[in-house]
This record gives sequence, structure tokens and C-alpha cells, in this order.
Amino acid sequence: MEWINIIVQGVLIGGLYALFAAGLSLIFGVMRLVNIAHGDLIIAAAYLSFVVTQATGINPLLSLLLVVPVMAALGFGIQYGLLNRVLGDDILPPLIVTFGLSVIIQNGLLQIFSADSRKLSAGAIEVGSLNILPGLDVGYMPLLTFASAVAIIAFLQFLFYRTSVGRAFRAASDDGEIAQIMGLDNRRVFAWAMALSQAVVAIAGVLLAIRANFDPFMGPSRLIFGFEAVIIGGLGNLWGTLAGGVILGVAQAIGAQVNPGWQLLAGHIAFLIILAVRPRGLFPRID
Amino acid sequence: MADRTLEIENLSVFYGSAQAVDGFSMSLDRGEMLALIGANGAGKSTLFKAICGLVPARSGDILLGGERINSFSPNRIVGMGLAMVPEGRRLFRSLSVEENLTIGGHVGRRGPWSLQKVYDVFPALKERRRHSATALSGGQQQMVAIGRALMSNPDVLLLDELSLGLAPIVIKGIYELLPRILGEGLSTILVEQDVARAMRVSDKLICMLEGRVALEGDSQAFSRDQISAAYFGT
Repeated sequence: MEWINIIVQGVLIGGLYALFAAGLSLIFGVMRLVNIAHGDLIIAAAYLSFVVTQATGINPLLSLLLVVPVMAALGFGIQYGLLNRVLGDDILPPLIVTFGLSVIIQNGLLQIFSADSRKLSAGAIEVGSLNILPGLDVGYMPLLTFASAVAIIAFLQFLFYRTSVGRAFRAASDDGEIAQIMGLDNRRVFAWAMALSQAVVAIAGVLLAIRANFDPFMGPSRLIFGFEAVIIGGLGNLWGTLAGGVILGVAQAIGAQVNPGWQLLAGHIAFLIILAVRPRGLFPRID
Repeated sequence: MADRTLEIENLSVFYGSAQAVDGFSMSLDRGEMLALIGANGAGKSTLFKAICGLVPARSGDILLGGERINSFSPNRIVGMGLAMVPEGRRLFRSLSVEENLTIGGHVGRRGPWSLQKVYDVFPALKERRRHSATALSGGQQQMVAIGRALMSNPDVLLLDELSLGLAPIVIKGIYELLPRILGEGLSTILVEQDVARAMRVSDKLICMLEGRVALEGDSQAFSRDQISAAYFGT
């Protein structure tokens, strides 16, 4: 039962990693943009929620009503005003710009909030749990996190394959030049994709900050988890990112059980094994 | 003037550091079909890209319906009534046939063309409308590319190498359908490698050589020798 418990917890934390990954996967899928600042934006969203909850005393989950639109607007602005200018045939300039953004966000957060680690408090829901089997309890928060991941990925999947917005995303991804001469404004399409990505980032950031302490320099390691989940699942496959997140989460949970110091190591090893055996991930969609 | 749908005056376009279009001028009347011929590298594709707004013009004017569109973005130009069937078709591979067509209608211009009309002209596409566009045969893919361009209800249609990579019988079929498509007062520029065919279907002809107009006039007016002299610059 102990091992079942560990695996279940690993699966549920995998939902959080899937949320880190979904936003990354989305923008890579639409505009082949690798966002190095993705993790830092997750942390920035956590701080934004921190500010809102401090100022108003509301539950951080409720703060999402504000944090999600603000992050989405920020994403739209960053893409429209900055990243669109460097996006082109060469993949390197946008990579460098997002790297610069990463440095700016980390140091900006440090300047404003200091290096002290913070945590969001969501109240009773944090300690409550559901008894599934004798000896197997799952917390409401991990359950909520996993359910959010499934719901968000299902929503993104629907959006991509069943709506006109998704059609525009796919068209711009397939052939940006032709999409333009079909009357699509790629700059807007890309800005909406980034807005959507940042909306997911906002949710991921708040859920992360309720679960664990955070500080201004936590972004890059979240980015690594996101990358690993994307690559394990296969590029461009949204449900694949969920699988990738779950595999990462379970590997970390097992590693931590064997030796508390092995938690991260086990996740990276699982990633490396999959990369060696299936270099394109488990369910690749983009060639 | 009112009947001029597209006018180009003294246009120069650079492709990288090379000058691909050099002082090019032409005009296209409503309902007219102009055949644009010339060897590879004569500047035809770059000219098309400049008209669409994909490549900036260095100097000169491009007027669509009397309005100068040089610095306009491609999506704005489409909204003003210009559509292109690109060389090699370039369908959206992750979109179904119907989605490809629907994207073509994205700008929402009014006119005779709708999904239903495209399916009437190309019944083969209706049966396969849920298929991935790239799962179709070359000829059917070309039909999707043509339908996709028509869905924006353009005034001016640019057709780039319709016959590229298609079997002769398929090419013949597509050219037989062209009059039915173009019967709506649509002005067309056709780039075609098959010079004899281009001359047969068009009203006017321009032969490009090194980015310039080497020969221009009524399609029926030229002899084979005149055309080959203009084509090869001999």
C-alpha cells in the first residue's frame, strides 16, 4: 500500500508538471518559440497572486480571477510588442530574448520581493484529504491540481481541433507565409497563443505556490520540469504532455522514497532514459 | 481607369541582395487573364510575393483597385480582394480539406464563392472534405488550393504554376475548369511553364526576362520565334 500511495502522489504531482509543460508545448507548437522565461513567468504569476492575496485577504485560488487575465494580457503584450519582432527563420534570436527576459524577471522579483521564500495559503483545502482506500489518502489540493491539468489540456485540445481560433493556430504553425495570404495576421495569432500560454502559466504558478515555498530563482528548474514533460510526451502533443508530467512525477516520487536526495535525480534519469530510447518522445506529433 | 483592377508601375523588388524585379510595369483589366511567362529566375515568383505583400517593394507602385498597397501587410491586401494559389499548392497539412477552404474565407469578403460553390465546382472535394488535405492526390490538392483562394472572393487571382508536378490529364482537367471559375469577372495572372497552354487560355501575355518586361501584348499576336527570343533573351 505504501508504494501505491507513492505512485498515486507522483501521478497527481505530474498534473502540475503537465501544466508547466502545456504552456510551453502550445507556443512551441504554434510558432516554434522556445520560451526560456517560461519558468520565471510561472514564478511571477505566483508573486502576483501573493500581492493580490496580501492586499485583499482573498483565497489564492480566487485570486486566479485576476491573475489569469493579467498574465494573459502580459503574454499578449510580450509577444506582440517584443517577441514578434525577433521571430523568423532563425530560432536563435527569440531564444536569446526570452533568456534576457528570464534574467530580468528573476532580478526584478528579487528587487521587489527580496530573496525570502514565500508561500500562498489556501486555507483548509490544503490539509483536507479524501480517503480512497484504507491507507490511501489523497489531498484535495493534489487532486484539484491534477483535475485542473486534465481539464485545461482537454480544453486546449478542444480549442485546437474544434474552433476557428485553433484552426488559425494550426494554419500559422503549418505555413506562416500562406496563413498570411489567407488573411490571417500572424502577429495577432501568435500573440493570442502566448496569451493562452500565460493563462495556463498563471494557474500553474498559483497551484505551485500553494503547494510549496517559492522564491525569485525557482523559475529555471520549473522550466526544466516543463521541458522534460514536453519531450517525454512528444513535441506538439498536448495529451502527451500530461503523460510526460505523470511519468516525471512518478519517477520523482519513487526516487524520493528510495532516498530523499534522489527525488530530482530520478526524474532526470527517467527523462534521459526516454530520450535515449525514444528520442522524439512517446507520442510525437511534430516532425 | 475604373476597370483597372491591378496596376504596377516601375516596380523594383530585391530578393536578398539580388534585384529580382527591375522597373516592371503592367496593368490588368477586370475579367482579363494575363499569362506571365519567363525562365526560372526571371522574377515571376518574386513579383507575386511583392504583390501579396510578402516581400517589400524597393521602389515603384502597386495599385489594387486604385489604392497603393506597397506597404500593406499581406492580410490587409487579401481583405482588399487579392488571392494567390501558391506554387506547389502549400496546403495546411494539419487541416482537413474543409478547414483549408474555410481558412481561405477568413477575411469574410462578400461574393459568389462559398463552401457550397467550391464543392459544386469540385465535387471530388466534397466527398473528401473530412480528409487531411495532404492525403489527397496532387490534382485534388490543386483543387483545394484553388478553392481556398476563391473562398476569399477575390477581384484579382494570382495562379502560380498550376501544373507543377501534375500528370498531363490532370492538368487538362484543371484548365478545362478554369473558364467556369473565371466566369465571374475575376481578373487573373497566370504563371505557367507550358507556354503554349498559357497563350491559349490567356488574353494578354507578358514575358519576363531578368526582372523586366521582355515582351508584352495580345496573347495571339506573337510568333513562336518572338516568344523564344524574349524568353531566352537572344
